[in-house]
Amino acid sequence: MSQANKYYSGLAVLILSLLVLPFALSAAGTAWVRITNLAILFVFLSLGLNIVVGFAGLLDLGYVAFYAVGAYVYALLASPHFGLHLPFWMILPIGAGLAALFGVLLGTPTLKLRGDYLAIVTLGFGEIVRIFLNNLSQPINITNGPRGITLIDPVRLGSISFGRSDQFFGLVLSGPMKYYYLLLLLLSLVIVVNLRLQNSRIGRAWEAIREDEMAARAIGINTTRIKLLAFAMGASFGGVAGGMFSAIQGFISPESFVLTESVMILSMVVLGGMGNIWGVVAGAVLLSFVPEMLRYTVVPLQMTLFSRIVIEPEVIRLLLFGLALVLMMRFRPAGLWPLRARQREFHKQAAIK
Amino acid sequence: MDTFLQQIINGLTLGSLYAIVALGYTMVYGIIQLINFAHGEVVMFGAMITLSVISAAAGSGLPPAAMILMGVAVAIPACMALGYLLERAAYRPLRKAPRLAPLITAIGMSIVLQQIALMIWSRNILSFPQILPVTLYEVAGASVSSLQIIIIGLCLVMMTGLAWIVYGSRLGTAMRATAENPEIARLMGVDVDRVIAMTFIIGAGLAAVAGLMVGIYYGLAHYTMGATLGLKAFSAAVLGGIGNIPGAMVGGILLGLVEALGAGYIGELTDLCGYSTLNFLFQSRCADGGNLVLFGSNYQDVFAFVVLILVLVFRPSGLLGERVADRA
Repeated sequence: MSQANKYYSGLAVLILSLLVLPFALSAAGTAWVRITNLAILFVFLSLGLNIVVGFAGLLDLGYVAFYAVGAYVYALLASPHFGLHLPFWMILPIGAGLAALFGVLLGTPTLKLRGDYLAIVTLGFGEIVRIFLNNLSQPINITNGPRGITLIDPVRLGSISFGRSDQFFGLVLSGPMKYYYLLLLLLSLVIVVNLRLQNSRIGRAWEAIREDEMAARAIGINTTRIKLLAFAMGASFGGVAGGMFSAIQGFISPESFVLTESVMILSMVVLGGMGNIWGVVAGAVLLSFVPEMLRYTVVPLQMTLFSRIVIEPEVIRLLLFGLALVLMMRFRPAGLWPLRARQREFHKQAAIK
Repeated sequence: MDTFLQQIINGLTLGSLYAIVALGYTMVYGIIQLINFAHGEVVMFGAMITLSVISAAAGSGLPPAAMILMGVAVAIPACMALGYLLERAAYRPLRKAPRLAPLITAIGMSIVLQQIALMIWSRNILSFPQILPVTLYEVAGASVSSLQIIIIGLCLVMMTGLAWIVYGSRLGTAMRATAENPEIARLMGVDVDRVIAMTFIIGAGLAAVAGLMVGIYYGLAHYTMGATLGLKAFSAAVLGGIGNIPGAMVGGILLGLVEALGAGYIGELTDLCGYSTLNFLFQSRCADGGNLVLFGSNYQDVFAFVVLILVLVFRPSGLLGERVADRA
């Protein structure tokens, strides 16, 4: 077999297995399909954050704000809260656009800042967005405050609602399974866009800024515009993911958009290797599934050992994220699947200083 | 008038607490240019440990001051050990790495420490036993509690003590030399590693006392209390000029005042019914002394972040700092 043939047959196997995956998973329980859907959303978010952190090298700790914007846009435009019920293909672009606008809003005043200062300002921005979501129920009720928004419409395509089961050609597709295919479609789109971006003029400009901003400006890159573009693009992915999250969950509240969420997404990017698209995908999948598997193994194990739960699964999950950040920075700062350029960067700097 | 004076008093109390925590951030930043994200968690551990000790001693019939002293006597060394451990295990191996690496580690450590606290002290909000009798004094229409006086006084004492260490002792000279240039300091015979470790230890000691005071002042402790407090204290350090020790004190007190006055007046200022020129727009709402408040005091937490962003954008070197912020 030639090299190209091998590549295409490998791709075909991958696509086929991804297509039958939900059937295998639903045999183990619909919960696993839901978990997979959330994992895909996290891959989405990680890829968005990867544009800002990985490609352009700007540490953004308020990324969850854009996720929140997308989620609230969907929730407000497709729920009884305002009595609006727009179709999802109209809302997702609005959410992406508004999130991008927020990205520019955050990016503009912070362009001068680098490194750790930027991290703190973005963190503050994320907190401000959350505080507003919590309090914008007065004097006009926009976000319904801490109680959140309920009864959000599921995605509808023509007469097919993603909220219930349907039969197609003798195959029963549950709601989560339909979402799985929709998310998979969106995800492949996002991955293609990311791959195309990475080696485009813009992608290389981001890389140049990441390596040396001064030099990038000297060779004629409009650093202001390119950095804002990174913020806007990363944010718009977050916005789309937020919209899908709203549709899938049917309920959102400010609780879902806390700082820990931003840190979790950051851990996924860091684990896979900042800047490496496939690495980030793998990192997000790994950090989405491992805690869930632990949930199903650690709890029964503790029950048999101590006959009570000593460490809650949620604690284990967050410990895992925290330790992932610490250990990765210590032992493999360029990630489990490092990008070659990025690896050089980390080692070079270590060697010089 | 009395609201104003009252908020000034509350602001001073809050501000001196911020200042003590901000000192921990600023000392570490000044010496190794690292935002020690986990510092807020050290404060939280300080509060939690004293709470445990005081709760354990509550039934013993000891005088309250003795119980608090016992709490402090356990919390300070424990937090100092935690600060040292953080530096030794997490940050020291990364001292030559690119600057984002230790920052990411610090974020990770903060999450890890929070979860450890959750395992030890549960996810409930714990209340401090009310052991100190609080007396209220009336001053020109505002009330000051004995607790507020103790907090402000103790913070002043600690700041003076720290100022003496930094500007008057041998260790302080070594610290300032290391902050100026670690390589040259090493050549001059300064044990740089020891100085950095000592900086973390002193900062953690201050954090322990701050945690105790925050806990007693609000009467509560929770495993996430360090995160917001830490962020605000960091804002205070930036406001004063990060790396600058008098700056952290000034920034802390200023931020406390901004927050207290802001929370006290924002409701009044954003009440659209209070502006006669706008009154015709909202006549139905404003009739009969109604109000239309855009932002209430529940936005108190926003002020610190707004101050932080404004300072970083317009004067990144802070009020007293002469260092250039953009040294990435």
